[in-house]
Amino acid sequence: MTTTWAQRRKERIDDLAGGRSLTSEAMRRLRRDPVAIVGAVIVGLFVVIAVFAPLLAPHGAAESFPELQADLRPGNIPGAQEGFPLGGDQLGRDFLSRMILASQQTLLVGVLATLIGLAIGIVIGTLAGAFGGWIDTVLMRVTDVLLAIPSLLLAISVAALAASPSQTTVIIAVAIVGVPIFARLLRGSMLSQRNSDHVVAATALGVKRPAVVLRHMLPNAIGPVIVQATLTLATAILDAAALSFLGLGDADPGRAEWGLMLAQAQTYLDVRPALAFYPAFAIIVVALGFTLLGESLREALDPKGRR
Amino acid sequence: MLRFVLRRLLQVIPTLLLLSLLVFAWLRSLPGGPASAFLGDRATPERIAELNRVLGLDQPVLVQYGRFLGRVLTGDFGVSTITGQPVLTEIGRALPATVELSVAALLIAVLLGIPLGYLAASKRGGPLDISTIIGTLVGVAVPVFFLGYLLKAFFAVELGWFPPSGRQAIALDATDVTGFAVLDGLLTREWDASWDAILHLTLPAITLATIPLAVIVRITRASVLDVMGSDFVRTANSKGLAPGTVRGRHVLRNALLPVSTVIGLQVGLLLAGAVLTEKVFVWGGLGTLLADAITLKDYPRLQALLLLGALVYVLVNLLVDLSYAIIDPRVRLT
Repeated sequence: MTTTWAQRRKERIDDLAGGRSLTSEAMRRLRRDPVAIVGAVIVGLFVVIAVFAPLLAPHGAAESFPELQADLRPGNIPGAQEGFPLGGDQLGRDFLSRMILASQQTLLVGVLATLIGLAIGIVIGTLAGAFGGWIDTVLMRVTDVLLAIPSLLLAISVAALAASPSQTTVIIAVAIVGVPIFARLLRGSMLSQRNSDHVVAATALGVKRPAVVLRHMLPNAIGPVIVQATLTLATAILDAAALSFLGLGDADPGRAEWGLMLAQAQTYLDVRPALAFYPAFAIIVVALGFTLLGESLREALDPKGRR
Repeated sequence: MLRFVLRRLLQVIPTLLLLSLLVFAWLRSLPGGPASAFLGDRATPERIAELNRVLGLDQPVLVQYGRFLGRVLTGDFGVSTITGQPVLTEIGRALPATVELSVAALLIAVLLGIPLGYLAASKRGGPLDISTIIGTLVGVAVPVFFLGYLLKAFFAVELGWFPPSGRQAIALDATDVTGFAVLDGLLTREWDASWDAILHLTLPAITLATIPLAVIVRITRASVLDVMGSDFVRTANSKGLAPGTVRGRHVLRNALLPVSTVIGLQVGLLLAGAVLTEKVFVWGGLGTLLADAITLKDYPRLQALLLLGALVYVLVNLLVDLSYAIIDPRVRLT
């Protein structure tokens, strides 16, 4: 029988399996998984560029140049020239510098939105899953309703509350979309922990309830939530771009962020498509990177190791 | 069965009540309060005070909520600050366009997604499987509106195969019967009108279908793989049933259960995706209403669309749950 690529990948991952803790086992599986490596390399590159963006970018994000503005008129945006390898944008700024600097803002929006959503979701999920009863009922009813609103509509309605759109409103709007997802996931996996042997044992030993919840239940229940957070990073960046496209994005014209740049470039699509293509390509690659990493993380943490 | 349906119907009520409470709270936290938000640019202190009295905003919160609920239940969502027309009338006029677009997109996603997911699973690890997985991953990562512009630039502007925007050529002067352009042409036997509407529909529908398509392919694939590894399929195979019978009656039927849930969940995504797609193709449906409402801060319209979106989503998922009970008898017992 011929071996397929998927089988070879599985054999490679499963090789030398067994005899370790779940976490180290998962880490080892990840290191041997080509899909995880591709995802990690993309995400790693993105983070490095984002962190060192101010050092890497030759010019500032809001800086405009006379040589780029000279030929700037309706129907013409100057392309590559001496000193500006990617040419200028619609305001005569260095496009390359803006692409590099935008990585930082994009990472910031994605990470902050995900972290805020994660933090609130963890609090809600822990309370609901650990204590049950009426707390659980009330919290889960509210998350159900939040889940009942299609995610982009929810983000839109939160962002529309602000008197004027800004980066902060985008981050908050995208963060709130993630809250019910994280909360539900964590509650589910906390519930399955509640009657497990080690929790019963800890309780029987007289460990106080908060300690049981935080030290014994939460660490064991958090796996799926972390996976979801990795996947959410991808959707957060895409949602932020959609909000920008709808005019709910950052109003600061000097700010460089891929979603914002892509949204603004739609007007100049027939003049200089590159202004849209580069940010779009960057978003697609980064979203793909986070998705690949998240999916392989999910597989590595799944003890059944199927699929 | 009847008891299951009734119980499930009753469960929806608290969700909807809480939803109305949430939208009510949302309205009250609008910048400057609902009155100035509703009046928009026309807001003067006198008019705000006037509207506050008319809207009952000088009353206790509970009374206000009661009135809000009463108005919503009677379909009174107020007047759009952009057009000055009742919001409900506007929605009624724009609804067919969005339904037509969403149905077309869902058809593409389901009719293409289930066979593709099934084929990918049955040739697991093969070239079709790998390319399908990569395709679905990339499909989800592409911003919807960018894909729309891309399709438009290439197939409409560059090649001229499809019209770049709108629902139907105005020059055709097609008869409007139901508001569904394709259906109207069939009803009135204006075949060219139907054909024109289909041409207009193609690119937006493909744009809107990408994400649901990717999700349906992946769920079908995973679910088929799951079922193919189960004991009853091995039993069916080992007792010598024809492979076609096993595939049709055992694998596909069981594998489609999770798929049907996911299709229900996609309806919400379609509504949200329609906002982006309609803006790209100037479609003139609910998404366009919403996009304009955001730009021009038309809060009465925004509120109505938000409630409607959530309501549709809740009801569709209720239907999915009920259909689940018909497909799988075990669900009724739990």
